[in-house]
Amino acid sequence: MKQLPLSRLNDLFAAISAARKLYIPADDAAGQARFTVWQEGTALSKNLNTVRSAKDLFFPQVENLVGFKVTGKQIELIESRDPSEPFVLFGVRACDCRSFDILDKVFLAEPADTYYKSRRENGAVVTMACTRPAETCFCTVFGIDPTDPAGDVTCWQDEKNLYWRANTAKGEALTEMLPLLGDAGEEAVKTQQAETRKILGRLPLKDLDLRGFDGEHMMELFKSPKWASLSESCLGCGTCTFVCPTCQCYDIEEFNTGSEVKRFRCWDSCMYSDFTKMSAGQPRPTQLERFRQRFMHKLVYFPANNDGVYGCVGCGRCLQKCPIHMNIAKVIKTLGEDAK
Amino acid sequence: MQQGLKEKAIQLLKDGTVDRVLGWKTGEFFYDLTPAVFRTPEEVEKDFVFSVFSGANLSKYLIAESRKGGKVAAFLKPCDTYSFQQLLKEHRILRENVYVVGVQCDGTCDIEKIKAAGCEGVTAVREEGESLVAETLYGEKTIAKKDALLERCTVCKSHKLVVFDELIGEQGEEQDAGRFAEVEKLEKMTPEERYGFWRGELSRCIRCNACRNVCPACSCEKCIFDNPDSGARNKAAADSFEENMFHIIRAFHVAARCTDCGECSRVCPQHIPLHLLNRKFIKDIDELYGEYQAGADMDTKPPLMDFDKGDCEPSVVYKRGGEKA
Repeated sequence: MKQLPLSRLNDLFAAISAARKLYIPADDAAGQARFTVWQEGTALSKNLNTVRSAKDLFFPQVENLVGFKVTGKQIELIESRDPSEPFVLFGVRACDCRSFDILDKVFLAEPADTYYKSRRENGAVVTMACTRPAETCFCTVFGIDPTDPAGDVTCWQDEKNLYWRANTAKGEALTEMLPLLGDAGEEAVKTQQAETRKILGRLPLKDLDLRGFDGEHMMELFKSPKWASLSESCLGCGTCTFVCPTCQCYDIEEFNTGSEVKRFRCWDSCMYSDFTKMSAGQPRPTQLERFRQRFMHKLVYFPANNDGVYGCVGCGRCLQKCPIHMNIAKVIKTLGEDAK
Repeated sequence: MQQGLKEKAIQLLKDGTVDRVLGWKTGEFFYDLTPAVFRTPEEVEKDFVFSVFSGANLSKYLIAESRKGGKVAAFLKPCDTYSFQQLLKEHRILRENVYVVGVQCDGTCDIEKIKAAGCEGVTAVREEGESLVAETLYGEKTIAKKDALLERCTVCKSHKLVVFDELIGEQGEEQDAGRFAEVEKLEKMTPEERYGFWRGELSRCIRCNACRNVCPACSCEKCIFDNPDSGARNKAAADSFEENMFHIIRAFHVAARCTDCGECSRVCPQHIPLHLLNRKFIKDIDELYGEYQAGADMDTKPPLMDFDKGDCEPSVVYKRGGEKA
């Protein structure tokens, strides 16, 4: 375990930044946190979490895949991926860190997505333990410990110090680059963890019951009449999907610039009316089917195909941001009664 | 108020005036109410809530609800009635299938503002006079109620319910709470400053379309931006300016139909002050074509769909643009 007085946090950021591109959660003009490239003067946000999740850094909203240029009968392929460079992602919460495991299952399964893979390889994840969880937090339901998040490095912050523990070879390598970190004992961290765990025990959603959300109950859940009322006032916007750390669906399209055809991909949302539209039409014609798809995917299909791992990490972003306050917690509670 | 609304909803269902009621349903917390249709008195009794967190404007749901057969009762706050009437004017809602219960309103709260005011982990709120006392996971915290109001409520344009079949509470009056003050600040900026302001604000957009989908004036069956055949589908912007254009085009599209209900800004996950674009158009229309409030009545001709000799000439653009035009 290493430590650093908080008064020297800026020096730490400067030291990391000298060697790697560094992203930290910083407040935007509206006072909400967002992963931002650190520059001298960028202050670490005091917000619990960022509005957009940390997945953005590995799976950006839009990226170019390849370009094509046609000259006569010749088609030239133009490499247009952004070169990936080593970077450090500082201040990731336990929930978002777990989301990388979920995204890995999708993007690193063979054949691996090389765009995602190179960013995962280049990115070092430095997590930050939570001390003041919100009422919307329920990561513990998914077996996540916010007082001891994973990542290449785990950090804790109390009133005086930052504590730093390398967990992986990548984390060790980063630590070696930072001689300003001093040695520390475990006591302060243990004390803080005990305090935070008391709060975790009082979180209103800590007892969300996932029993019955599995492949066994797939058809029963799929056919539940309750989807109608759950989805009734859904606006069909993409807020839940776009702030979600585990939503991974994208669309690939081509755009003719006049001199070149650019193939790009961008996030897509199963809540949108044109999602997976095919020549035969939209396979999910109303919002009920689209809404059901999103939650069946996270709570039933994904665990059924991935050894019981749910496609949700309990970060609470959809609870905070859905314009009509419909969300996965309400879905779990409403359908859970049927599934048991 | 809550009890009165519940009793009214139950009575309307029981006496057969309506067979459905559109209202707000209780959530996991005290603040996360969801618009919902209630079909039985028991459902109303169990889950119906009206509180300072009943901010969602229910008018747009009535486009679909009024076409589902039978009759639906809807509880509308004063600003919601403007949206409702504007939709009637555009022939989007079947009036005969809706029973409007007008509800007077003292302003609705923004939970994100409450949290940002230092009430993280909030689990309950009670009103004490002009204050809100929040119980949080980290102790109690008191804030002024006015600091918790949704932006639109801090500059409420009207307590008047412009259309209703029945009223709960007193009829109110239109009022001037200075809703154009922020627009005036923007107008005083230099073009460069204003451009910088909007580029900054709009740069946070994640194109979730929440603003469009919640907007009562955006009632096209199929938005051009969602239509693969339109040639204008815009799933990913080619550059950062295209993102900005989406919002500006949308503001043009709803100009003179936007009632300034403020739903766009209420739902924006990135807190972009989208209402300022719409309010600028409203202010311009007031100045160039005479005072006009969308949704205020059924008869006044919309200024952008009507012509009279007093209308401004296109050259006004150059005059107003100053040196930069």
